[in-house]
Amino acid sequence: MIGGLFIYNHKGEVLISRVYRDDIGWALISSTGGRSRRNAVDAFRVNVIHARQQVRSPVTNIARTSFFHVKRSNIWLAAVTKQNVNAAMVFEFLYKMCDVMTAYFGKISEENIKNNFVLIYELLDEILDFGYPQNSETGALKTFITQQGIKSQTKEEQSQITSQVTGQIGWRREGIKYRRNELFLDVLESVNLLMSPQGQVLSAHVSGRVVMKSYLSGMPECKFGMNDKIVIDKQGKGGTTDDSGKSGKQSIAIDDCTFHQCVRLSKFDSERSISFIPPDGEYELMRYRTTKDIILPFRVIPLVREVGRTKLEVKVVIKSNFKPSLLAQKIEVRIPTPLNTSGVQVICMKGKAKYKASENAIVWKIKRMAGMKESQISAEIELLPTNDKKKWARPPISMNFEVPFAPSGLKVRYLKVFEPKLNYSDHDVIKWVRYIGRSGIYETRC
Amino acid sequence: MPAVSKGDGMRGLAVFISDIRNCKSKEAEIKRINKELANIRSKFKGDKALDGYSKKKYVCKLLFIFLLGHDIDFGHMEAVNLLSSNKYTEKQIGYLFISVLVNSNSELIRLINNAIKNDLSSRNPTFMCLALHCIANVGSREMAEAFAGEIPRILVAGDTMDSVKQSAALCLLRLYKTSPDLVLMGEWTSRVVHLLNDQHMGVVTAAISLITCLSQKNPDEFKTCVSLAVSRLSRIVSSASTDLQDYTYYFVPAPWLSCKLLRLLQCYPPPEDGAVKGRLVECLETILNKAQEPPKSKKVQHSNAKNAILFEAISLIIHYDSEPNLLVRACNQLGQFLQHRETNLRYLALESMCTLASSEFSHEAVKTHIETVINALKTERDVSVRQRAADLLYAMCDRSNAKQIVAEMLSYLETADYSIREEMVLKVAILAEKYAVDYSWYVDTILNLIRIAGDYVSEEVWYRVIQIVINRDDVQGYAAKTVFEALQAPACHENMVKVGGYILGEFGNLIAGDPRSSPLVQFNLLHSKFHLCSVPTRALLLSAYIKFINLFPETKSTIQEVLRSDSQIRNSDVELQQRAVEYLKLSSIASTDVLATVLEEMPPFPERESSILAKLKKKKGPGAVSVNELEEGKREGGELNGGGERGGDSSSTPSPSADLLGLRAGPPVTAAAPSAGSLLVDVFSEAVKQPSPTAFLRLFVCKNNGVLFENQLLQIGIKSEYRQNLGRMYLFYGNKTSVQFVTFTTTVTCPGELQSHILHIHTWNSLEPLIEGGAQVQQVINIECLTDFSDAPLLNIKFRYGGALQNLTLKLPVTINKFFQPTEMASHDFFQRWKQLSLPQQEAQKIFKANHAMDTEVLKAKLLGLGMALLENVDPNPENFVCAGVIQTKAQQVGSLLRLEPNAQAQMYRLTVRSSKDTVSKRLCELLAEQF
Repeated sequence: MIGGLFIYNHKGEVLISRVYRDDIGWALISSTGGRSRRNAVDAFRVNVIHARQQVRSPVTNIARTSFFHVKRSNIWLAAVTKQNVNAAMVFEFLYKMCDVMTAYFGKISEENIKNNFVLIYELLDEILDFGYPQNSETGALKTFITQQGIKSQTKEEQSQITSQVTGQIGWRREGIKYRRNELFLDVLESVNLLMSPQGQVLSAHVSGRVVMKSYLSGMPECKFGMNDKIVIDKQGKGGTTDDSGKSGKQSIAIDDCTFHQCVRLSKFDSERSISFIPPDGEYELMRYRTTKDIILPFRVIPLVREVGRTKLEVKVVIKSNFKPSLLAQKIEVRIPTPLNTSGVQVICMKGKAKYKASENAIVWKIKRMAGMKESQISAEIELLPTNDKKKWARPPISMNFEVPFAPSGLKVRYLKVFEPKLNYSDHDVIKWVRYIGRSGIYETRC
Repeated sequence: MPAVSKGDGMRGLAVFISDIRNCKSKEAEIKRINKELANIRSKFKGDKALDGYSKKKYVCKLLFIFLLGHDIDFGHMEAVNLLSSNKYTEKQIGYLFISVLVNSNSELIRLINNAIKNDLSSRNPTFMCLALHCIANVGSREMAEAFAGEIPRILVAGDTMDSVKQSAALCLLRLYKTSPDLVLMGEWTSRVVHLLNDQHMGVVTAAISLITCLSQKNPDEFKTCVSLAVSRLSRIVSSASTDLQDYTYYFVPAPWLSCKLLRLLQCYPPPEDGAVKGRLVECLETILNKAQEPPKSKKVQHSNAKNAILFEAISLIIHYDSEPNLLVRACNQLGQFLQHRETNLRYLALESMCTLASSEFSHEAVKTHIETVINALKTERDVSVRQRAADLLYAMCDRSNAKQIVAEMLSYLETADYSIREEMVLKVAILAEKYAVDYSWYVDTILNLIRIAGDYVSEEVWYRVIQIVINRDDVQGYAAKTVFEALQAPACHENMVKVGGYILGEFGNLIAGDPRSSPLVQFNLLHSKFHLCSVPTRALLLSAYIKFINLFPETKSTIQEVLRSDSQIRNSDVELQQRAVEYLKLSSIASTDVLATVLEEMPPFPERESSILAKLKKKKGPGAVSVNELEEGKREGGELNGGGERGGDSSSTPSPSADLLGLRAGPPVTAAAPSAGSLLVDVFSEAVKQPSPTAFLRLFVCKNNGVLFENQLLQIGIKSEYRQNLGRMYLFYGNKTSVQFVTFTTTVTCPGELQSHILHIHTWNSLEPLIEGGAQVQQVINIECLTDFSDAPLLNIKFRYGGALQNLTLKLPVTINKFFQPTEMASHDFFQRWKQLSLPQQEAQKIFKANHAMDTEVLKAKLLGLGMALLENVDPNPENFVCAGVIQTKAQQVGSLLRLEPNAQAQMYRLTVRSSKDTVSKRLCELLAEQF
């Protein structure tokens, strides 16, 4: 179980320190002597934040104490424990903690943390008890931890909160009413790729999320359907759908998925249907991963030629590979340059390209690009001869973009809402669906 | 040094550095640096030539980036270009970059060397200094190769500026340290030594560091520096504080120089020249006097400087170890420091006193401070100082104050720091054993030790008690009584149970007469502890029980009952189970006679080195306990053990102990060991595993190779060859420990008139002043025989093992017979010559008893080894041996004839030597008589 939680700024100064168990102090008292809590704090600062070599492992073991950390911009969050805990649980908690903080005060920054000092302690008291994670649902938390001054709640309200938080459906309170029943559904995917210079896919996968924002009255029962291969095949066998060949092509194989706690897992296990009573407001319904039949929105074709010891010629072509009616946005191609670059000349047809010395790369930005098009950049890089014989490692060319479809091929088939007690039907609910495909680590070797 | 003008401030650099300082994160810093690097690259690549200023600025930035921990792989060429600039600031930055960044195998080194050469030959002193600093900072072998010849010339040239001389001296020192083989002083030696007379104090200070280093390697070549150093020192010491102006530091004249001079003098033995020595003693006295004067300033720097000189002077006094007066005064001075406010001073005083305690002259003086030291042990706040105090107590302990010191250390143990407890326990155990006057005290002390600090009492300590109790029957009864009483305490340490079990098992019968300690009471007492003990102790107790069955048959049934119980006979531990089963069977089957034989009292343990000492040595390494002390401890420990065989009276007679005290002063094995001491050495030679020192020398009369000396630290092997009047001796010094010896120096001296009889020049073969653990170094000594001689030259070896200074003096096995040239002659020639040498003083004769078996072949081999020709068929009696040879000396040749007549019945020999010189025949006769 988590023994303590610390938040550091980039200098390694402790902003938040919350100790749940005394054992983490004792763990370090023997190794260094002196005051206990301070030691655990210092150990992490000395060994991770100020470490001479960059620490890449998110788990560090110092004096038999484990430190699990995540970094958000310049802020380090570290969970400390003396015990053999489930690391996945600890990280899940840390991510949740980040989500909660973002939901309360926006971006996690030193400034924000300092301004919401009391709030964070209050949250930490609530979501972690003696090191055991508790309810970290933002919606539920917001009912009783508020940022507006102290508002004394009536007895009824208090008992309502208690019954909700401790009840079976802890994520939704009763008696919600909206004039317009509305529902937003976003499918957000990030596509990762590593491609060889010859255009061979070395590895590719998509990790996606289904994020919902619901403004529904009462306690509605929802059912979500998508083109999951298993479901489609089952239905195909049942002979309910029209063309099995067509549905086979359009269905996708999901490698693994996780759901929000509101989803009834027993039903998913038996019927593979996703049914739930949604929380109010924004939440992440599910997360999934696919590795097969991925639509790669862009293809990068690099050409690098070394001309003597002091010159390098680079030509990069990008091709968009989706329906011409769709538009990709925020395209950025990053071409690494050797460390001894002394000058760069760039020519490009479309967008803007610039040599960024601070990042040792040429950055080429295109605002918009339609499908089935191609564009090209060529650059001449001058090199300074060095006395080092080390060869340039040729790091891969990376790319960023945003496309309005799901590269995994996922399609939302339906989202049905039933509210038997209140008299609005599925047809009265206004539903919005949006697909966004972003680049994750999208690299091509050159 | 010219000041950097305001306009030269390099704004770009300042901006860059402040940018870096303002970076919020590591990533931001890296970005900024990448940007700057790209900028510099484009500037260096640019087509237009950069002016000196921007070049300097960019090189400076690169240097800064490098110091931040980033790799720099360009800009070297630009830095080298800066070297040829005429502006000081540009040249300086260039040199700085090169000193920091250029590694020795760079291809640019040739260009750099060239630039340095130009600067060295320029007449501009600042440029020369910069170049010298660069050489010293890089200090690579290539640099040494290129400039080792040049720098000494600059150093001793008359027209070199003082500041350049300083730099040159330190630069040379650095080169000498990296590649001593390339720096050949040769012709410069005397001129370098004379730098000690330089007007400029800075030059002297720099030169003395160089000379100290050089003279550690070649003490002989720099011998002349001693008198110069002494006179310099006396000038500084006797000068008023205002005389030296710039070199007076808080009213102390030239403290650094004084310390260095004193340290240089520590490389050499006391000066032989009376006047020089007198002057030096005067200086040392003045320094000691000054320490008594009231301080001229309240500032801490004043007292620091003064004390630095004082401590250095005291180490010199300890090093010489020949001026009782000074030693006692030094000791008194340190005594004052023992109560000083300053913790560092107390520490240093205790440390120096530790070495003083081992000198015969000051041992008594050190002892007067015992109360203060004990007080320090009790009240000192700093643990390291307490540790020193404990060391000093150990060092100053002797028979007179052993009881007090042991008692104090015991009482301190209760509160001692955990880190030093085990060591303290060992020391108490050793002291108690070493200075035990009566054994009841010894047993009391050790049992107390176990009671107080049982956890820290190692196996060796209680083994040792048992060995001693078993070997000494007069203490057994007392020991049994004492352990019995100690075991009655409700909680006693397991080690106590072990000792109790063993001793009661062996000697329980000695106290069984008392009804309070009847056999059954004893057994019940032991068995009450049984269940609280670990397996090994239980096993020991089971053995004690079976011994009880033998000692007291009336306990048999009770003990059998215990052995038969399931917890013993079915114990899950194999060892315990086996013992229980076997002992049970043994007790029930065997008759009392058999039992009595099997379970007889343990025979006395063989005498050997005290295991505790070995443990302490292992634990401490060289530590604060000097090896002399250990050696001595071993011998005295041996005395205690050997007490039984010598009738047990030796420990109470005062004379041997007095001799032992005398021994303390000298090194453990010296050629000149006092004869009373050698008795002890002989007695314990088995334990020490080395022949007595005279035996060493005897061995080498008839052979040229072998081991000259060996102790726990050092082994000296010897290999020698002789031709005519010349000889060459190879000495091999082997470090037997795993710790390195530092400041290893050897000197060969010819005492008395030997100097005029034998001449030797010795050279080191690339020998470092330190010998790594397990390593061996070689020394070559050339010997020339001028005229005949009887004494042997002395070899003095000094080195530091850990902190402790080791000092050894050995006789080199150079005897007159080594210069024999064998001469073959026929029978009648022999007798003719024999008759010619008929003057009574030309003949020396000795009749002596044979020490070894009279084997003809062995005798022949020995005579041949002597160096003479063995003449067959000359003497009418075939039993007799005759030999002839000529001793070659530079002055003359001395023909010698020899006749050895063995008498097998009487086991006697008659040896007759005739030679043309009376001293030769006498000496030969002496030498040979020891051989057969």
